[in-house]
Formats: sequence, C-alpha cells, structure tokens
Amino acid sequence: MKSLKKFSLLTLLTALIIFSAACGGKGTNGSKEGTDKKDNPAQKTEELSGSLVISGSSAMQPLVAAAAEEFMAENPKVDIQVNAGGSGTGLSQVAEGSVQIGNSDVFAEEKEGVPADQLVDHKVAVVGMTAAVNPKVGIKDIKKEDLIKVFTGKITNWKELGGENQKIVLVNRPDSSGTRAVFNQFALDGATPAEGITEDSSNTVKKIISETEGAIGYLAFSYFTDDSVTPLAIDGVKPTEENVQSGKFPIWAYQHSYTKGEAEGLAKAFLDYLMSDNIQNTLLKEQGYLPVTKMKVERDAKGNQKDI
Amino acid sequence: MEKLLPAQNRLLKSKSSRLGGEFRGKLFVILCAVIMITATIAITIFLSTKGLQSFTKNGISIIEFLTSSKWDPTNKANPAYGVLPFIFGSFAVTILAALVAAPLGIGGAIFMTEIAPSWGRKILQPVVELLVGIPSVVYGFIGLTVLVPFIREHVGGLGFSLLSGMIVLAIMILPTITTIATDAMSSLPNHLREGSYALGATRWQTIRKVLVPAALPSLLTAIILGMARAFGEALAVQMVIGNVRDMPNSILDASATLTTIITLNMGHTTYGSVENNTLWSMGLILLIMSFAFILLIRYLSSRRKLR
Repeated sequence: MKSLKKFSLLTLLTALIIFSAACGGKGTNGSKEGTDKKDNPAQKTEELSGSLVISGSSAMQPLVAAAAEEFMAENPKVDIQVNAGGSGTGLSQVAEGSVQIGNSDVFAEEKEGVPADQLVDHKVAVVGMTAAVNPKVGIKDIKKEDLIKVFTGKITNWKELGGENQKIVLVNRPDSSGTRAVFNQFALDGATPAEGITEDSSNTVKKIISETEGAIGYLAFSYFTDDSVTPLAIDGVKPTEENVQSGKFPIWAYQHSYTKGEAEGLAKAFLDYLMSDNIQNTLLKEQGYLPVTKMKVERDAKGNQKDI
Repeated sequence: MEKLLPAQNRLLKSKSSRLGGEFRGKLFVILCAVIMITATIAITIFLSTKGLQSFTKNGISIIEFLTSSKWDPTNKANPAYGVLPFIFGSFAVTILAALVAAPLGIGGAIFMTEIAPSWGRKILQPVVELLVGIPSVVYGFIGLTVLVPFIREHVGGLGFSLLSGMIVLAIMILPTITTIATDAMSSLPNHLREGSYALGATRWQTIRKVLVPAALPSLLTAIILGMARAFGEALAVQMVIGNVRDMPNSILDASATLTTIITLNMGHTTYGSVENNTLWSMGLILLIMSFAFILLIRYLSSRRKLR
C-alpha cells in the first residue's frame, strides 16, 4: 500500500515534469513552424499552425484578445496568448525577443531604452479620448486654453468657466502612462498638469469622476457609455468618431503592435487579420476603437499631423 | 502478502527501506532549505544590482533621491527624481495603521486568552481567520466604494487620503497582530497568573501589571510584523490613497507610497530606462526596510529569550 502511494506520487511528479517540458517546448517549436511557413509562399494557403505570444498595453489587451479568439476559431491549430503588462513591458519584451508582438499605446520612439529602429510599427487601431467631467459641473464645452488652465491649476473653480460653484478636482494618470502622454501632448499642448488624484485604470478614473464633485479627468471614447460622466467638446468640436477621422478633434492616438524586424509567418498573418475589414469595421467598434483604415489624417512619432 | 515472507527478509527489507527513507527525507528537507536560501539571496542580489543602477548608471545622486520631494521623471528637459514624499507616505500610513490596529489586536488577544477563553475564542478566532482570507484587492475595492465616499461626505477632503489608507491597512494587519499576540498571551506560564492572584491582584491588575509586561517583546513582534505587511501592501492602498506626488499636509490629504508608485508605473516603463531603474531603487528601499523590520524582530525575540 505504502509503495503504491509512493509510486503514484512519483508518476504524478513525472507526468507534471513531462507536461511542463512539453508545454515549454511547444512554444518554441510552434513559432519556428510559423516562420518556416513564410519562406515558402506556395504553402501560404495551407492551414496556419503554431503559437504566438503577444504582450503589452493593458488597454489594448481586450481588443487583441478578442481578435485572437476569432483568429483561433478560424485557424484551430493556432494558439495565441495575449498578455497585458503595460506598454513599456510589451516594447521591452518584443525588443528582447521574448514575445513576437508587443502592443503599445505610444510610439516606440517616445519610450526611452527601446531600440525603436529595430522595431516595426503596425498601427492597428485609433483611440479617441477627451476630458471628462462630473455631470454636476455643468459644462459641456471648453476652450483648449481653458482646459490647459484647468489642468495646470490656474483655474480652480468651475464658476470661473460658467459652471457650478465647485472646486476643480483633477484626476490624473501615472507619469509613465501612454494615455497621459497623449492627453498632455494634444490636449494640453505639452503643459505639465498639476498634482491630483492619480489612478491607472480607466474604470477607476471613470468611477472617481462620476462620484467626486467637481472632478475632471480624461477617458477614451469607449468609456462614455452612460451619462455618469460628461465628455467635453473642445473648442466647440464634439468628441465624435467623425471628428477624429477628419482630423478636427485633436486628442487621439494610434494603438501600435510592434514586431522586431518585419513581421513574419504567424505574426504577419495575425497582423493582417487585425487590419482586415472584418476586424476593423466590427470588432474595433464593439471594443470602442476607431478603425485605422478610415483615418483621413495621419501622425508621425513627433505628433505632426497631415492629411492622407 | 508480506506476512508470508521469512522474518529475516522482512526485517532486512524494512531496515534498508528505513535507511533509504532516512536518506531521502534528509535530502528532501536539505533541498527545501537550499532552494529557499538561494531564492532569498538571488532576489536580494538581483534587486540590489537593479536598484543601484539608477545611481551608478544613470548618475542620480542618492542624496537627492532620498531627500528631494520633487518627482517628475517624465519631464524631458528637467527630470527630477525625489522619492521623499513616497517614503514619507509609506511610513505615515504604516505607523498610523499600526496605531489603530495594535490596541485593537492586542485587546482582542487579551479578550480571547484572559477574559473569555472558551466562547470568546470560539467567536473571535474564525472572524480573525476570515479577515486573513480576504484578498487585498477586495479590501481596496471596498475601500474605494464605501470608505472613500464616506470620508468625503462625513469627514472632509476628497476621500482619497492617508486616513482611508490607514483604515484599510489597519483592518488588513489586524489578523496578523491578533494571532501572534494571542499566541504570546496564551504561552505565558500559568504560575504568573496564579502568583499574581495569590498576591490579591484583581484580574485587570494581573493583565495590566503582570501579563502584558511579560508578553511585551512578543506583542511588539506582533506589531512589527503587522507593520512590515502594511509597508509592503500595494494594491489596496493604491485604490484609496489617491497617489498624489506631493507631500501630504494633513491626514485628509491624498498621498502616495513607494509600493503604489511602483505598481502604477512599472508596466508603462521600458526595461533599462531611467524611470524603470528608479522604480527598482524604490523596490530596494522596500527590501532594506523589510530587513530592518526583521532585524528589529530578531532583536526583540533575543530580548525575550534573555528574560
């Protein structure tokens, strides 16, 4: 009886080791298979297989994971794992080659310590964002110069802007956040915001704005699903999809998927899939993003905008 | 089956298997010890090298890092790396939490061991164990949805404050303090109580003048272990403290701690960048602090042995 117990324990252990070894091996084998495919274009129509590891921006994770789900449903032999660890983590990991795709909500050029020249940018979506206020503030439109004054602490009460007599409470993002970088650059023209409550998660930011009297923060369009917070129009331009696409509304950013060198094999197939009309026109909208294919303007890493 | 074997074989086999068992057992425990020690040393070395990089490689002055209160790492023209407000925030919230949790926890322990050892323990013990089991993110979420609005409406300020952090942390470290304090009180030799009663002391006098002083080193250990936990807690604090980079002026001001700044920024920064390195340096400060807490505990327990 005793030996039987011991034996079963041993078997269990061995099984565990073999299992984990197999799992570990599968990743490398799979990706190699993926790259092999590329070398032989004749086989391209053949069924895709292998595995792909994607990491990066937590804001992009739901979108990419949802796309990966559909992609895997169409290609049952493919295994895609989408991790969220933040844009910095994604860029670092793709640069050191530990993942095949690194998602980021900022240009790699803007991040320090990343070999941006080795990474290839794939802009997969556009996200529009705007300042959001507590509905009791009583303001729906703000001039850009006033917005800057609000965020830099020069205006401290909403009545100065014709709103209610409420003290302004800023809700910021962490220093290194991509959302903060975009908002500072395109809404505040590079001004450094004054100190305020700092939260990372958009859901928490929305919750704080909706519950705190006089609060202002910034959120992506996808978070304006109910009237618990009021999105602000800037200089009379409403924060809508059309205005972002035509370039009238300034606060938007690309969602990037970076690969180290040109995308190959499975990574390329997946990125192509992300750019397909199917994903761009349906899934992106469901997830609150704007299709990158419909943009009438484009931007480079320095923030210069031009028409296409 | 085994009973049919001749006695000799049976004995020999059992002897060899016993020796084998001895050896395997010893090997197993030694292996466990080695793995634990290696892991600790490896983490310490890794964190030290990573944490010192911002001073050696990026040339940030340690003095400025520890004493400046200006934190602006993303400012490209004029970055500032002063973490004093976060160190202060960590200490403030930890000490405040201990101030609340220590009397509560030790009081609960005395209740369980001295006042109502039978039914009191039966009720309080599961309650305390339940508190241990609640994950910290749940504490944070309850703090965010219940505590923060409550403080905003009834006490003042924004609600995101040292006060909220203090309350959440106090509840979180309460079980640690209560459990260790209970063990300390119940392990006191009974002749202390009997001697005290024999001298005509009342129960309260016995507790206050005899039992608590006798258990004091263990009680302090309990408090410090609780503080060590509070110092390292990130998630729950992050949700209620507001994460403001300025030095707080009052208990109702929002603040930030070392752990909240690390968790907020770690994912966004790239490996090897100055900002990432400064986060590692903050981690190193946390490690040094936890070593300090452990040294303090060892000092206290050596005092306890001397008695």
